[in-house]
Amino acid sequence: MTVAADVKTLVIDGKHVSAGGDQTVLEVARENNIFIPTLCHLDGLSDVGACRLCLVEVKNSNKLTPACMLRVEEGMEVTTTSERLRHYRQTILELLFAERNHVCSVCVANGNCELQSLAQSQGLTHVRLPYRNPKLDVDASHERFVADHNRCILCTRCVRVCAEVEGAHVWDVMGRGVDSMVITDLHQPWGESSCTRCGKCVQVCPTGALSDKGKLGWDHPKHPEFLTYLNMMREAQ
Amino acid sequence: MSKTKLATVWLDGCSGCHMSFLDMDERLLDLSSQFDLVFSPLVDFKVYPDSVDVALVEGAISSVEDERKIHHIREHTKFLVAMGDCAVAGNVPAMRNPFGTAAILKRAYTENVSAQPQIPCVIVPELLEKVRPVHEFVAVDMYIPGCPPSADTFFTVLTELLAGRTPDVGSLTRFGA
Ligand code: SF4
Ligand code: SF4
Ligand code: SF4
Ligand code: FES
Repeated sequence: MTVAADVKTLVIDGKHVSAGGDQTVLEVARENNIFIPTLCHLDGLSDVGACRLCLVEVKNSNKLTPACMLRVEEGMEVTTTSERLRHYRQTILELLFAERNHVCSVCVANGNCELQSLAQSQGLTHVRLPYRNPKLDVDASHERFVADHNRCILCTRCVRVCAEVEGAHVWDVMGRGVDSMVITDLHQPWGESSCTRCGKCVQVCPTGALSDKGKLGWDHPKHPEFLTYLNMMREAQ
Repeated sequence: MSKTKLATVWLDGCSGCHMSFLDMDERLLDLSSQFDLVFSPLVDFKVYPDSVDVALVEGAISSVEDERKIHHIREHTKFLVAMGDCAVAGNVPAMRNPFGTAAILKRAYTENVSAQPQIPCVIVPELLEKVRPVHEFVAVDMYIPGCPPSADTFFTVLTELLAGRTPDVGSLTRFGA
């Protein structure tokens, strides 16, 4: 018996592309070198559609849909760049900057930050919204790492990598809306939590929110690509 | 053709933007044939002139005096540039915002002082409750993020502006650059 491969064809930015039936529009776009900005998505982790930066337009729908959560469909027509999308993406970035305290010049991630580089690539030169300036904690209780909530964008990559890949599930989210916070265990200090000290969360954090105490100042490149490699090696076993 | 009247202004910043501006070195001489520096902390003019073509404003708005100045500058300037992250985003001066002005003054003038602790209330201007970027007070025509923006960024931006063109600032610099 032969099983018919589940292949779908769709159009992204006028380009005809084919995809596996369970793929997302984001995956297919990336395979075809079509750039869609993302923050919460990371290859190797489940998708949650939290940041909304990957919004795309789908023909015959008024809604903007996050590409990382959008399954391909036969005959689908997707647009990844338009004036409307540019406007929303810029506004989302501005909301992220205004929500907490991002002082790039003195941030451990300056020059190595996905939020910062996205802002630049999306043409953001200033934030039109008033800054909220919340008073937020820095948790330096861990022997090796620091969590600075001033820089957190609630992408939950740390939560997912710790639960899905490390299997420790130290991180979680508490609170609602702008008051949401990532926490370790049941809001214990990180240094007193059940953390295994593997450092995966630090490597996948796109901003300066999680950092390594051993790194000085701006010298903090992250290497989230370890995740694809790790998954590959595990699958090979 | 009359030369462009250029002003540079120093509000609540560290002067790093002005230092970076000076880092253009000999390129400043090439540019200087195209503008008159009519107001700047680099020269000794006391009064902001009535009509300025381009003003580069360094620093956030932090005190009642900054606020008064920026309104005056805006009124008398055709093209106002927010220069550097303090002017553009608040940056380091705005790090006091989460704590509130009272706590900051207390920290600086009483908690850390052994002799005659007192919060100054004459001559020095009163602080605003929050440090804010320039565009939250007046309209800004161009933003040059960076802490500080590099001399190369200044050179490209000024060359383009003096030639009557609009530079693509985003490709030259970013927040924290
Ligand atoms: S986390 Fe990124 S955007 Fe935020 S202050 Fe640090 S470098 Fe800037
Ligand atoms: S370092 Fe700790 S908190 Fe971070 S992923 Fe590893 S176990 Fe989880
Ligand atoms: S700490 Fe980093 S990885 Fe975790 S939610 Fe915040 S920004 Fe994302
Ligand atoms: S990457 Fe799709 S919503 Fe964040």
